Amino acid sequence: MAEKQIAGKTIEVTDDGFMVKHEQWDREVAAAIAAEEGIELTDDHWKVLEFIDKDFKEKGAVPGIRRMNKVGGISTKELYTLFPDGPVKKAAKIAGYPKPASCV
Amino acid sequence: MSVFYEKSFWNLQNKMKDIVILGAGTAGTIMANRLRKSVDRRSWNIKIIDQNPVHYYQPGFLFMPFGIYSDRDVEKPKRRFIPRDVEYIESSVDRVNAEKSRVMLSNGVEVSYDILIIATGVRTVPDQVEGMMGTDWRNRIFDFYTVDGAAALQEKLKDWRGGRLVMHVSEMPIKCPVAPLEFVFLADSWLSERGLREKTELVYVTPLSGAFTKPIAAGVLGHLLEEKRIKVVNDFNIGNVDNERHRIVSWDDKVVDYDLLVTVPTNMGDAAIERSGLGDEFNFVPTDRHTLQSKQHENIFVIGDATDLPTSKAGSVAHFESEVLGENILSYIKNAPLREEFDGHANCFIESGHGKGFLLDFNYTLEPVPGSFPIPGIGPFGLLKETRINHFGKMAFKWIYWNMLLKGLPLPGITQRMSYAGKKIPVGLAVPESA
Ligand SMILES: Cc1cc2nc3c(=O)[nH]c(=O)nc-3n(C[C@H](O)[C@H](O)[C@H](O)COP(=O)(O)OP(=O)(O)OC[C@H]3O[C@@H](n4cnc5c(N)ncnc54)[C@H](O)[C@@H]3O)c2cc1C
Repeated sequence: MAEKQIAGKTIEVTDDGFMVKHEQWDREVAAAIAAEEGIELTDDHWKVLEFIDKDFKEKGAVPGIRRMNKVGGISTKELYTLFPDGPVKKAAKIAGYPKPASCV
Repeated sequence: MSVFYEKSFWNLQNKMKDIVILGAGTAGTIMANRLRKSVDRRSWNIKIIDQNPVHYYQPGFLFMPFGIYSDRDVEKPKRRFIPRDVEYIESSVDRVNAEKSRVMLSNGVEVSYDILIIATGVRTVPDQVEGMMGTDWRNRIFDFYTVDGAAALQEKLKDWRGGRLVMHVSEMPIKCPVAPLEFVFLADSWLSERGLREKTELVYVTPLSGAFTKPIAAGVLGHLLEEKRIKVVNDFNIGNVDNERHRIVSWDDKVVDYDLLVTVPTNMGDAAIERSGLGDEFNFVPTDRHTLQSKQHENIFVIGDATDLPTSKAGSVAHFESEVLGENILSYIKNAPLREEFDGHANCFIESGHGKGFLLDFNYTLEPVPGSFPIPGIGPFGLLKETRINHFGKMAFKWIYWNMLLKGLPLPGITQRMSYAGKKIPVGLAVPESA
């Protein structure tokens, strides 16, 4: 666990840069994390991030690709275009949520 | 007089209410045993419905490909585990009409309920991936999440002389998420014993960001794959299978070649859940994570793999859930508030090959950490540690499963709520819900 300066704030992150406390997240923080990943956030990105946010609050987990397709109405192709290489992981990181994980 | 008697008899009959359990697998069987002991039999019938007369000890499927278990170890008649005064209905469920509190069986019969417990588990759905069921299926592509898959893979491995053996997970979540890792560890061990390890390339393909995704477990166990020379391909979301060239292709056009592909197909809840309009995108039933009541209907409860809870889908979890659900059914009957007791507790052994194993104990808020279990400081099991005793624990689980767990008996020393004692929790790691 480490602390990191993101968008002028001190943010707690894991070793691979995922936020630990969602309370510390806001839109500026999201934009800064996205920039580190080489992504400039557009409305299309925000559609995905907002779905993750809503869904995490409801289900306690970052939605997977199938859920993004079926419930979020976001296609897999779109996800890969918006967040290349591991879209769920990247989008979760920018949305300030933990990386999708198994039990170990 | 006779009219009076008939009437009161009719009234008595009419007063009987029904608890109906869908699915007589691990979770349904435990609930039938628990509730028949605790619920008043003068006013409550208990019925359990399942389509398949055979109870499978699914954790044993892992050992079948390597000839350690045969189908005899993993199959017993379901009825043997259902109490005599619980009505066992052998039929497939077509759908639930939750508005009318009725279950429609596939043979057209309707069964009404006052309380419904959904325990229909999950099943593998290989055709969710394009090309998975092509010409390579059961020739070069196998699974071990079904009994026939595990048996077919055992036959296939008998002829294995070397090549590229790929263990692949299609999509998360899957039941017993550590089983694919155990498979590669056991394969490594099995191949070494046969002098085939040098001739076999072992590859582990996962849609997640690594074989181990929880920071502490990754720190402790991360070296294992390298040590065992198992190559990991992560962030691989399968798009299709190219049967002609024997390769799997991801959505972003990465390819992994195989001579033998052992896949864990997409895991989904039963189609009856979908037909009933009770499921999410995986046909898992949205469930209150602490009370186990369905989120949609007051008189429907859910247990085991059928739920959408953010904990592992495992037999141990079904066991812990059954204590909470048993209590909550009694509360519901008495019109008392439900207890928000379930903490996501899971307890899983991981076979690591060469006669050793690991043990994990975790819940919704605390990831697996090192320590001793179940007696703090003593064990005999080591958490997140590779020991021989852990391996014996895993092998003893079969006996415990058939003789204790299914009967709803408590497991010695193991509490329903996860215990924080005996665990080495790094400072600032998790905020326990109630330490
Ligand atoms: C390879 C493998 C290894 C595993 N290893 C472990 C382990 O080491 N430790 C551990 O704790 N867990 C392990 N598990 C997981 C464990 O087996 C499951 O979590 C557990 O069996 C879930 O119980 P359940 O009652 O929810 O579902 P199940 O036991 O699968 O039961 C569901 C039942 O519902 C019935 N059903 C479904 N739909 C219908 C319908 N429409 N009509 C009628 N009947 C229906 C089915 O026939 C079945 O009998 C493993 C699983 C696998 C596959």
